[in-house]
Amino acid sequence: MLTNKPFELVCPAGALPALKAAVDNGADCVYTGLKDNTNARNFSGLNFDDASLREGLRYAHARGAKVLLALNTYPQVDTWPRWTAAVDKAADLGVDAVIMADPGLMEYAHTKYPHLRLHLSVQGSATTYEAIRFYHERFGIQRAVLPRVLAMAQVENVVKNTPVEIEVFGFGGLCIMVEGRCALSAYVTGESPNTVGVCSPAKSVRYEQTPQGMETRLNGVLIDRFADGEKTGYPTLCKGRFVANNETYYAIEGPASLNTLELLPQLMDAGVKAIKIEGRQRSPSYVAQVTRVWREAIDSALQSRERYTVRDGWMAALNKVSEGQMHTLGAYHRPWK
Amino acid sequence: MSNPKPETRNSKLETRNMKLSLGPLPYYWPRQQVLDFYDGIAHSAVDIVHVGETVCSRRHELRLPDWIAVAERLANAGKEVVFSTQTLMESEADLRTLRKIVAEDQYTVEANDMGAVQLLAAQGRAFVAGPFLNIFNLATLQLMASLGARRWVPPVETSAAALLTMQANRPAGLQTEVFAYGRLPLAFSARCFTARHFNLQKDDCHYKCQAFPDGLDMQTREGQAFLSLNGVQTQSAQICNLSGEVDHMRELGVDVLRISPQSSNTVTVIDTFYAQLAGEISADRAYARLAELGVGESCNGFWHGQAGLSHVTSALAQQ
Repeated sequence: MLTNKPFELVCPAGALPALKAAVDNGADCVYTGLKDNTNARNFSGLNFDDASLREGLRYAHARGAKVLLALNTYPQVDTWPRWTAAVDKAADLGVDAVIMADPGLMEYAHTKYPHLRLHLSVQGSATTYEAIRFYHERFGIQRAVLPRVLAMAQVENVVKNTPVEIEVFGFGGLCIMVEGRCALSAYVTGESPNTVGVCSPAKSVRYEQTPQGMETRLNGVLIDRFADGEKTGYPTLCKGRFVANNETYYAIEGPASLNTLELLPQLMDAGVKAIKIEGRQRSPSYVAQVTRVWREAIDSALQSRERYTVRDGWMAALNKVSEGQMHTLGAYHRPWK
Repeated sequence: MSNPKPETRNSKLETRNMKLSLGPLPYYWPRQQVLDFYDGIAHSAVDIVHVGETVCSRRHELRLPDWIAVAERLANAGKEVVFSTQTLMESEADLRTLRKIVAEDQYTVEANDMGAVQLLAAQGRAFVAGPFLNIFNLATLQLMASLGARRWVPPVETSAAALLTMQANRPAGLQTEVFAYGRLPLAFSARCFTARHFNLQKDDCHYKCQAFPDGLDMQTREGQAFLSLNGVQTQSAQICNLSGEVDHMRELGVDVLRISPQSSNTVTVIDTFYAQLAGEISADRAYARLAELGVGESCNGFWHGQAGLSHVTSALAQQ
């Protein structure tokens, strides 16, 4: 058991201030990363060094919260030692669990540190209980984070058929492709979440005002074009407008954000163990606000599932920090697929 | 181009030292077109043929018994047949199909998901570790070999530099197959982009992907060919064309080159690669012909450690 809570709130901690914001506002667990490409949010200015991670552990533990460390990219053949060193550090510092995707790295961790708790990252792309069984039997994973591709009934089926705790994403930015096996960013820029810990990296981005409008490019590829008055979006490559059969539209995905507040009782009934909030790249005030809302929502649902209802105040608070983005239930709601 | 009889080409086989495989058909074609296609493949120069549905479980023109019949015809024609399995699995029905395929122990299975690896390892069956298993380092490669992988396909974004290290340390007896030609499989989604183009949901898709035998081309707003929407799979619009890297692959000890099917000229593509491997035509000529035969422009960026859509000429690569 990670905590003794019947249902856990797992919040993003991009750096120490965000970690404190999450813990102060009721997170049961926070998840962090190191300052390199051993995790899938490898942005400059983000993540923890030894000192801040030690402090984060101390701060969280003193308040009854757990700290998870994401080592969820795929170690590349020539830089393997960096990942094993990160596992060594995680064990040495006493993090409560490491979140991993690569089987070879899991084998290293499981063999060398049998008492180090292992969570299967969403980057492991395990969407069935047979895939989860693979990691459980070989490496003793105790929790799996499900890719955001399963309908509610499919989530229920997974939970029913595995002894491994199931954690699902409940709020935040939505990846339209199944996590862990997307090479789109690598195709356009040479860098991808799996290998380098980034998608649509900033250094490949160019904004250019033209007579046709504000153009956003990724490594020269035109991702979108915005007219005057249209808010310019960051050129995440799958979120642009493209042309298919002479139609220009959000061919892959529009700018939307996942919000499963209304599904909370169902997720609990399904036997899901934890809800994960996306957003390690977000500000401490974002994390504080989102954590507070979800803490209230979870406590309310735990108290009474039948009487649970999504409060307007929660939605207002979440909308305020989501920059007016459209909310979706994502794949949990079958018609989205 | 007519196919010389197998006997006259055997003498060339020793000089080839790399085999050719046909990757699984990623698209949704009408039943007869598929059957005719594999009849042509049976007489072609590929050594290995992958059959089965790797993209979408709703596709039903060929069901498992039909694929098995196709496999039998190919095996009778002397081909090594491999059953490829679905990459993104979502439902219990998907698992049932997977279990049935794994139970067909006449044919090797290509695992494209860890659930498939789990089932195959549990039965002690040798398998092919497909390109979607994310084998990026030696520890994972050795693990797969220890579980029964006897051939592996590196992820398509794997560079020659990374492959060099992998090959130098690979487990004994493990063959390496490289994706060498075709639209690159880049991502999978729960959402069907083809259905969505027609404002339909996946569960009620009217099988719209059948109208696009090489996927639905998607351009940028300035008309640059970018991606191809193939149902729940997203591919590159450009063709990965590694025929310019054949000598390098030989040096690296690559065992098999994978050619991905396209709606036209697949057999000619196979013949061209065969001729190049056998020294019958020059690398430059082969590359130029293959570039013409593709449904898109050629690219080879991943092999050179760059953005996949890049095209690096061999001369530049040597600088």
